Amino acid sequence: MANYATNEFKNGLKVMVDNDPCSMIDVDMVKPGKGQAFTRVKLRNLISGRVVERTYKSGESLPGADVMDADMQYLYNDGEFWYFMHPETFEQVAADAAAVGDQHKWLKEQDMCEVTTWNDRPIAVTTPNFVELRITETDPGLKGDTAQGGIKPATLETGAMVRVPLFIETDEMIKVDTRSGEYVGRVKS
Amino acid sequence: MTEPVSDWRPTATLEALCQRAELLVRLRRYFAGQGVLEVETPLLSAAGIPDPHIPSFSTMPGPDGEASRYLNTSPEFAMKRLLAAGVGPVFQVCKAFRRGEQGKHHNPEFTLLEWYQPGFDHLRLMDEVDVLVRQLAEGHRPLGRSEKLSYRACFQRYLEIDPFREDVSMLKSCARTQGLGDVAGLSDVDKDAWLDLLMSHCVQPHLGKEGPTFVYDYPASQAALARIRPGEPPVAERFELFIDGIELANGFHELQDADEQRERFEADLMRRQTEKLEPVALDERLLKALAAGLPACAGVALGLDRLQLVLTGCDHIRNTLAFSYERS
Repeated sequence: MANYATNEFKNGLKVMVDNDPCSMIDVDMVKPGKGQAFTRVKLRNLISGRVVERTYKSGESLPGADVMDADMQYLYNDGEFWYFMHPETFEQVAADAAAVGDQHKWLKEQDMCEVTTWNDRPIAVTTPNFVELRITETDPGLKGDTAQGGIKPATLETGAMVRVPLFIETDEMIKVDTRSGEYVGRVKS
Repeated sequence: MTEPVSDWRPTATLEALCQRAELLVRLRRYFAGQGVLEVETPLLSAAGIPDPHIPSFSTMPGPDGEASRYLNTSPEFAMKRLLAAGVGPVFQVCKAFRRGEQGKHHNPEFTLLEWYQPGFDHLRLMDEVDVLVRQLAEGHRPLGRSEKLSYRACFQRYLEIDPFREDVSMLKSCARTQGLGDVAGLSDVDKDAWLDLLMSHCVQPHLGKEGPTFVYDYPASQAALARIRPGEPPVAERFELFIDGIELANGFHELQDADEQRERFEADLMRRQTEKLEPVALDERLLKALAAGLPACAGVALGLDRLQLVLTGCDHIRNTLAFSYERS
């Protein structure tokens, strides 16, 4: 990988810091009118998710991190790993629980999601902002109660629990916002 | 860094453009009232600035062997030649250019207000800067009481160390205590770089919170073009102005001694060589002017874009510029 000098630093640049891949989230120059220039960077550690702040003397450089985002198809989970396939090359990768995080509850076989790899190893999985999933279990619906704001828990085919309006029934498809984990609407079949 | 051509619109609002025009009207009115002459000096110069921390832009050499020229990083040298020629108090509003300086408070092309007052020292010029800044702030924001702090006093207040006495290892451990950790690339022998680090990261954010803060009497090693007052320790008769933790102006009780100026330039050139920076052509005309006699004076450069930023509450310098560097 190439090295990046401070004057090439920008938001989104992926670099290695303390042996971990990091993404720059804020870059600013700190320079006295007369005197040494510094570049101050906020970095998100792509493994731990933690944000750190670092200062570099201008002209210093950091090694780039071989980090790539690719749209892949989720295949299956074997109890230990989640397997994803590149739809064009059919190349498969296995992501462990640390990389998948809490995204596993929105992963449905055959669905597409974004897999972030570092040196070809998956380090993060991002499901689409909205997914459509079937309800496998919820209390019987209350007919006609479409206007009131009553809610109840429902279990989805991926195992996730969401709160849905009272009129929703088992086996219905619903749309969920994966960022908030909230019910968005019914999917008409 | 550039932006796509589809971003043709200004980076400043119409309101900000009007505020700029108004600032220019007011400062010209102020200097006219003080009998300070407005001048213009070349932006393209045959000589450059040797300071290794100030990177210049230069033009391509022309056909027929025409040498490349430097875009000025400040109008200081040319204005001093005018002073040596006996022009009296002068001011200038001009563009200055510094390669690579880009960020929330930096644009590689920026506007400087620079002026010189014969007979003033740096302390008296600080008072005039205060008066002018307060006039320019009227109608924009109230400014609290001004504060004047020596460089030593602000390190003592905010870091509890004496910047003149401590050695690099002490400054390093202070940086560590302040959470800066190791700063890659800073040399163990470059005390000024460590002072700059502490000043810019740990002291400066506290300065100018209530009203304008003036910091004066810098380490002699950071004199640049200021005269050095002998003493224990000797100090550079230099000041800077801060509001909201942002550096707005830098002024000197100007060095008049041509030989000492040449020595400082040559030390800068040596340093450029060790840091593998491009050599620059020294401004021999400035040195000749100093030898002919620069009147005792103080001078200051004030960043007009940044002043507008702090007075009008912008959070990025681009919003004070019709077109920031990315769209220029």
